[in-house]
Amino acid sequence: MLSDVDFAAVWLTLKLATTTTVILLIVGTPIAWWLARTRSKWKGAIGAVVALPLVLPPTVLGFYLLIALGPHGLIGQLTQSLGWGVLPFTFVGLVVASVFYSMPFVVQPLQQAFEVIGTRPLEVAATLRASPWDAFFSVVLPLAKPGFITASILGFAHTVGEFGVVLMIGGNIPEKTQVVSVQIYNHVEALEYAEAHVLAGGMLLFSFLVLLALYSRKGTNAWK
Amino acid sequence: MTPDEAIHARFQVIWPGFTLEIDLKLPGRGVTALFGHSGSGKTTLLRCLAGLERQSTGLLNFKGDVWQDSARGICRPTYQRPLGYVFQEASLFPHLSVWKNLNYGRKRVNNKHKVSLDQAVALLGIGHLLDRMPGRLSGGERQRVAIARALATSPELLLMDEPLAALDLKRKNEILPYLERLHDELEIPVFYVSHAPDEIARLADHVVLLSEGRVVAAGGLQETLARLDLPTAFTEDAGVVIEAVVADHDETYHLTRLDFTGGSVVVARRPEALGCRLRFRVHARDVSLTLTRAEGTSIANLLPATVTEVADADTPAHALVRLDAGGTPLIARITRRSLAHLDVTLNKPMWAQIKAVALLG
Repeated sequence: MLSDVDFAAVWLTLKLATTTTVILLIVGTPIAWWLARTRSKWKGAIGAVVALPLVLPPTVLGFYLLIALGPHGLIGQLTQSLGWGVLPFTFVGLVVASVFYSMPFVVQPLQQAFEVIGTRPLEVAATLRASPWDAFFSVVLPLAKPGFITASILGFAHTVGEFGVVLMIGGNIPEKTQVVSVQIYNHVEALEYAEAHVLAGGMLLFSFLVLLALYSRKGTNAWK
Repeated sequence: MTPDEAIHARFQVIWPGFTLEIDLKLPGRGVTALFGHSGSGKTTLLRCLAGLERQSTGLLNFKGDVWQDSARGICRPTYQRPLGYVFQEASLFPHLSVWKNLNYGRKRVNNKHKVSLDQAVALLGIGHLLDRMPGRLSGGERQRVAIARALATSPELLLMDEPLAALDLKRKNEILPYLERLHDELEIPVFYVSHAPDEIARLADHVVLLSEGRVVAAGGLQETLARLDLPTAFTEDAGVVIEAVVADHDETYHLTRLDFTGGSVVVARRPEALGCRLRFRVHARDVSLTLTRAEGTSIANLLPATVTEVADADTPAHALVRLDAGGTPLIARITRRSLAHLDVTLNKPMWAQIKAVALLG
């Protein structure tokens, strides 16, 4: 039913979404923490930049990333001087683009979770001899667990569903940058509706299951 | 009080609309009550002591250890100060069981002389709660666990921010006996924030009265409460607190005699055994004065005392008279007319008639 190329697209999509989600949890946590805690005047500006992908057409984001990552762009010149070549039309380029594109879906749930926790548990931990790092791992992480689960699911699912940015940055190279959403487009262009149905139906089912899992989680905190 | 035993705190915190500015030398043992209205800076002062108030500048010398000295750029972070802190509202970690909450601070302390966990558990009577999650405890139980959790770190200083404020009267009465035990059994200094005079009368040895970020009065409980020059806000319920020992039980008349420095009073039979320590309050309105020892009166408690101060009371019709009854201060609230008729002057020997005493605890 699925061709080798289709399977490669599915595999590539999962790999891209997993890599992006892991990177976003690492990069997004400090950003969300800063946004939740800071009283800096820059909070609004940084929050807005993080949220941009929510409203921008993916092609706009893709266009600017293509320029920045390209041979004459700032990031492109940096990667070239480090001997990594240029990133557009590679898997790494796709990951970089996805990290920007899915950022708000990870940062916002985390920020919200951190804001709900407030500063009191950290103060309590400090009076019980826990250093700030210690308190973060022993108190904040467990208390923010529901936020981390939501962030991971949304970040992963949103990356699986991206299309415009992939097309702009990654192109359509089998086994390198050809993800499921692009492959569906290829099938439809070639009037291969049967193949398109399988992939599209799979995406539909996957997305529904993800959202079902998200919305039917009992309560928010397991200990209650 | 040698410098090594004292706590010297000098803080300045400036916020829009509020300034805390205090300079206090406090005793290194016993319970010190920080007393005042809401907004007087009690909690802010407590947070400064704990190092939780980032914007505070000043100096904190704890028994010879410098915890903060802004002039030299020193400020030990909270987690490096050997203190315990009990917050006003329940502050247990909801994701940890009572047992794990108790161990959270304890396992982070590398102090050889640990207060045994069993001791803290027994002192607060929470042995039957160890496996529970905080969500399944009553308000009073949560505060007891929070106190035990603070004690389990073997703090050298215990800070309590109105630990009873969020509880109803029944829960308060459930916890107060445990706090009294802390007072009796712990060697460390305790700072206790409260705006409830009865709590302070029961628990405190020293009082710091705060108003609008400044110290109005500070000193021993008895002397401070017996001062006549404090703002009426603190003396609307003027009176003294006396610490006494159960000296004798009279089984015929069901009475108990309580002895204190300079005298004794007789009260209705108490359940406490001989030798037990008790505190009671004598309100100024319950003390009247006579020139000679009254005969043929139903008032049982008559004490010889000397006038030490006369001051205005809450109404123009009354005056407050401070007396010294053999080392124990008393305050009497009498009418201006009586003041004139009896010719109450300084150092005049008189008799104080105590109509009622309010036992605490």
